[in-house]
Amino acid sequence: MAQGELIATEHEDWRHFLRKALGNRSFLAGATITLFVVAVALVSFVWTPYDVTKLVIADRLQAPSSAHWFGTDHFGRDILSMTMVGSRNSIAVALIAVGIGMALGVPLGTFAAARRGLTDEVLMRASDIVFAFPALLSAVMITAIFGPGAVNAIIAIGIFNVPVFARVARGAALALWPREFILAARASGKGAGLITLQHILPNIANLLLVQGTIQFSLGILAEAGLSYVGLGTQPPAPSWGRMLFEAQTMMAIAPHMAIVPGLAIIVTVLGLNLLGDGLRDVLDPRLRRQR
Amino acid sequence: MLSYALRRSLIVLITLVAASAIVFAVLEIVPGDPARLMLGMNATEDAVQALRQQMGLDQSVAVRYVAWIGGMLTGDFGRSYTYAVPVIDLVRERLVVSLPLAAMALVLSTAIAIPVGVFSAARRGTAADTGVMAATQLGIAIPNFWFAILLVYLFAITLRLVPAGGFPGWQGGVWPALSALILPAIALALPQAAILSRVTRSALLDVLGEDYIRTARAKGLPSGLVLRRHALRNALIPVLTILGLQFSFLLAGTIIIENVFYLPGLGRLVFQAITQRDLIVVESVVVLLVATVVIVNFLVDLAYAWADPRLRRR
Repeated sequence: MAQGELIATEHEDWRHFLRKALGNRSFLAGATITLFVVAVALVSFVWTPYDVTKLVIADRLQAPSSAHWFGTDHFGRDILSMTMVGSRNSIAVALIAVGIGMALGVPLGTFAAARRGLTDEVLMRASDIVFAFPALLSAVMITAIFGPGAVNAIIAIGIFNVPVFARVARGAALALWPREFILAARASGKGAGLITLQHILPNIANLLLVQGTIQFSLGILAEAGLSYVGLGTQPPAPSWGRMLFEAQTMMAIAPHMAIVPGLAIIVTVLGLNLLGDGLRDVLDPRLRRQR
Repeated sequence: MLSYALRRSLIVLITLVAASAIVFAVLEIVPGDPARLMLGMNATEDAVQALRQQMGLDQSVAVRYVAWIGGMLTGDFGRSYTYAVPVIDLVRERLVVSLPLAAMALVLSTAIAIPVGVFSAARRGTAADTGVMAATQLGIAIPNFWFAILLVYLFAITLRLVPAGGFPGWQGGVWPALSALILPAIALALPQAAILSRVTRSALLDVLGEDYIRTARAKGLPSGLVLRRHALRNALIPVLTILGLQFSFLLAGTIIIENVFYLPGLGRLVFQAITQRDLIVVESVVVLLVATVVIVNFLVDLAYAWADPRLRRR
């Protein structure tokens, strides 16, 4: 009986969520754009209009046409195909960086909230120290020292996600600890670890999801920036940032090269930001600011 | 107030020591011997050893860290391995590019964001508000280097109004130097302005819900006056905090933007120093930037606490 009730409520919750989500313009637009970008990235694994590894010098620097919708670059590669393949890199780097931030930051934050006192103080001051480094500066430093490449870009971006998630998790967990249901769990003899796992985490998951979306979009921008200065994804693998760097050198003769990779970044980041805003409104109306 | 300031400055001090130790440690584990790097592959082992001794590289890590910090506090940042000049001179000649650039961007983004935020908040829920907020969403999503490339194409390549890159220096007059910094400053300011106008708007809306605003309205003050005199002043506090945080983004942003425009600033210096393994320059500039960020945020916090006594307790 109790089990059945639980399932019924979860089912209700899901339907309730869907109804509210579909009524939220921000969520709808953001989810549509994000799904579109992810779909393009997935399609690029099995099909692109042209092969991005093949250089066709005879076709170089062509303006957009029916054969090449977005034109070709200085090696005759199809820009649409490169943009499609480039989306994989951006998504993978940003997503794994968010994963690193969550995997390390959430345990640290909830631990600090559970222990309070000195542990909390030390962990929070440590996160202040990481925040003191302008993220991009350190990312440049890390990738340059340990060698440029997608993996080091992931680590560099991931490190700066750790204190972000630690703070969000800590703040939310701190607010939950004095609540009655936590008190009840403590009275029933559960330890801090178990309470965090069973009661705190499920209740802060929404917040972490929203923050995850925001960090995802920041990660896309950061990866593009690193690749633009030559420290992120390395050629010949196509990446949006690198494409923009190459476009800049060709700006005077082939301005079309700069348009599409830039738009790809904007659309992806915009989609994720809208999705994050929408999720926040839908999942937790209390967090809704006056808008 | 004094005890608050003391407590905060202690935290600042600890942060700075820890941050500098991290930078020092990271660069310590990087492979490559600076002495060998300076002398080249053909130098004899004896010569390299002699230089190591002269540079103090044969001393223990702790001694070198303390010497490095002590030097920085007295304005001696050491000598660049590749340029063979004192690091402080390099920093000084690059600061005259980066500092005006960051300042221009900061002024520009504030000048755009506050009026836009006020405009939007005053028309909350209208089509104008929705339009402005949509525009700011777009502004946040635009990578500043892409915007920079477009600006170069439009104003430098097509219209030929300003140079596409490089920096003539201040000795040739203020205008040529300023015109070289205008496009980079606009590119840096745009995303910051978008974020800041959203913050301004939401801070204003928070304040507009307060009782004293209702009182001001109830006693018959015109709504424009209420907005400017009562609401905006109180809303500026969170705006100021974000402004302090944005300073750090601006500094980081200069690394990429200076690369787009080939500006010989601090960002480009650190970037080149990293690729040339000129570690002493990297260490010094990074710590200098981190210190600036920490101190600016500290000053913002102090100003904040001074303006609002409720915040001193914590």
